Amino acid sequence: MTTQKQSYREALRSGIEQALMEDERVFLMGEDVGRYGGCYAVSKGLIDSYGPERIIDTPLCESGFVGVGIGAALGGMRPIIEVMTVNFSLLAMDQIVNSAATLRHMSGGQFNVPLVIRMACGAGRQLAAQHSHSWENLYAHIPGLKVLSPATQTDARYMLGQALRDPDPVIIFEHVMLLNEAGNVLDKPEADMEQALVRREGTDVSLITYGGSLHKALSAAEQLAVLGISAEVLDLRCLRPLDIGTITASVAKTHRVIIIDEGWYTGSLAGEVSAVIMEQSFWSLDAPVQRICTAEVPIPYPSHLELAALPQVETIVTRAQALMAGHL
Amino acid sequence: MTQPILTDITMPSLGADMTEGMLVKWLVKVGDIVHNGDIIAELETHKGIIDMEVYQSGTIAEILVQPVTAAPVGTVLARLQCEAMSDAADLPLPDVVPSITASSIPEPLLAEPLTAEIAPTEISSTVPSPIIPAVVETVDAYSNVNGSPIVRKMAAAQQLDLTNIIGSGPHGAILLKDLPQQSATGLPNMRRAIAVAMEKSKKKIPHFYLSLNIDMTKAQSWLQQVNSDKAPEQRLLLIALLLKAVAMALRKFPSLNGFYTDQQLQLADDIHIGNVISLRQGGLIVPAIHQVDTLSVTAIMQAVSDISARSRSGHLRSSELTDATFTVTNMGDRGADCVYGIIYPPQVAILGFGKLRKTALVQEGNLVAGDEITVCLSADHRAIDGMLASKFLNALSSQLQQPECL
Repeated sequence: MTTQKQSYREALRSGIEQALMEDERVFLMGEDVGRYGGCYAVSKGLIDSYGPERIIDTPLCESGFVGVGIGAALGGMRPIIEVMTVNFSLLAMDQIVNSAATLRHMSGGQFNVPLVIRMACGAGRQLAAQHSHSWENLYAHIPGLKVLSPATQTDARYMLGQALRDPDPVIIFEHVMLLNEAGNVLDKPEADMEQALVRREGTDVSLITYGGSLHKALSAAEQLAVLGISAEVLDLRCLRPLDIGTITASVAKTHRVIIIDEGWYTGSLAGEVSAVIMEQSFWSLDAPVQRICTAEVPIPYPSHLELAALPQVETIVTRAQALMAGHL
Repeated sequence: MTQPILTDITMPSLGADMTEGMLVKWLVKVGDIVHNGDIIAELETHKGIIDMEVYQSGTIAEILVQPVTAAPVGTVLARLQCEAMSDAADLPLPDVVPSITASSIPEPLLAEPLTAEIAPTEISSTVPSPIIPAVVETVDAYSNVNGSPIVRKMAAAQQLDLTNIIGSGPHGAILLKDLPQQSATGLPNMRRAIAVAMEKSKKKIPHFYLSLNIDMTKAQSWLQQVNSDKAPEQRLLLIALLLKAVAMALRKFPSLNGFYTDQQLQLADDIHIGNVISLRQGGLIVPAIHQVDTLSVTAIMQAVSDISARSRSGHLRSSELTDATFTVTNMGDRGADCVYGIIYPPQVAILGFGKLRKTALVQEGNLVAGDEITVCLSADHRAIDGMLASKFLNALSSQLQQPECL
């Protein structure tokens, strides 16, 4: 397998560009995606190659342009809708939840909505509460949607293509802290988009995570290795549907679990994963499932408070040590 | 006038490393009258099965924990109804007792001296109300075991008896690492308990070591003389003589007899010598012989035989495991010449006896064949200095030159 080094941002752009090249029905629509090049510069330059008919700037009206996307998808197009951040997507929640997610079911399977919605998500850039929240779990709650969370450059590169081939609405969450991270991009996807992947093998404790927390979990696993604790790191990749088989296989091996989720603790996706483990892996457990989530506050603006609110490597290491010592 | 008072009987701590124990069996039932020192239950700890003593006299009023259950140290296992005035000497806090009047006894003590949770139908009308007949309970031991799910699953699959395993998890939960074959270090529980105590000792106690060769010629000939007209099972062994000599030397140097706690030396009033006993199944146990300085050599010999037998059969008393004030380890005939022991915290010293050996001794300028033993004292330098420790060894040597006086 050949590889090339790209930033996560470049990998996303390559993915969009390939989709635009391969399929005439694909277009990108959202606030500032065209002339400005995208709020996070992901679509910079695409308007020059593909023109304003396929790279479409919209007014500040999330409900409106997401609704247009749904209509276009129903009409046979393959729209990629960019919502600037997940925080603003709440304005389009009605379109996503009540239209995109339901139409196939309400039409008795007569109409699919082959829509892909991309959203920036996550905290860590001092953008304050209204630009930093993690609402992935809201979407992972909705039947009829698929929810992806690419954490690596390779996933950033290929998940869009996989999502576009899906006949139903798929939401892709792109963590803002990953955009500048560079890494190897493989020449094809590592797995089906709905499959979770073990990013590091281990035998003592499973660190289950996704998106922006994957690298924290991997760093923690490295530190834990020095302390003699073998941590397995599992990247969920797809938040809905969850790849339960990969989760239970890991728990069967390690017997201990820490879930790291940038969402708030209460009602978190971590809570859902924990419940799945309780139902399906209870008899493999040697300790209570642990959750490391964001503190239950609106994400603070000051850097030190923002860092304190988010899951951090040190917390993971400490919790894993306590778990191994039998203190939890 | 006597006031009935309920006293808690709690899970005892049988060593610095013990955080919990397993109640294996009650030897008393509700309504039984017990006296200070009676054995009321069998406990299982890292050290094996231990007989649990009661330290007050009274009537067993309630049994709160049914076997087989692991309980943290301090857990109230049962309640004893004591007669406050008549048995004042036995009460744990005698200075508090006189102030307790009916009006000052807290509500729960008055309201539920004899728990109503015990089925009322079990109470015979002919029995006075404070005494309740025993409620025979059959408890599913497995359901009371606090184990992690994987441990319970493995126990079920491999028919492991979890009741004999002390858990290291929260509330004593048995975790994978507590299972013998799963133990991370491959160590059984006793090995781990020894490991913890010894590691703690070596990390925290600044040990220093002094050794002295002691001429045992006179002691040996005295023993032979004493034993000459005794049946084999009546004969005295050297260890009895050595223990007596140690106790007498400790009387002269009480600084070695006690505990280093709260950053100071706390001298012990009595001389209870812990004896390191190797168990056949592996591991060590260190039961104490009480007030060794007051016993005859013959009585010490009986005590040594008694605790050795009970150590191996698993019937040591809880007090014997907790109240040693000084420890002796003895290599015996087939051991090394010298043993540098590790102090059992929070004691301040341990004395090691090497094997007795024939050697060339210089006596009054002449070379003679004689008996010699090397004793080595390990002492806590926070509590004791070398000069005092040297004097102690020399006092011990002097004692052993006059075996007939012991």
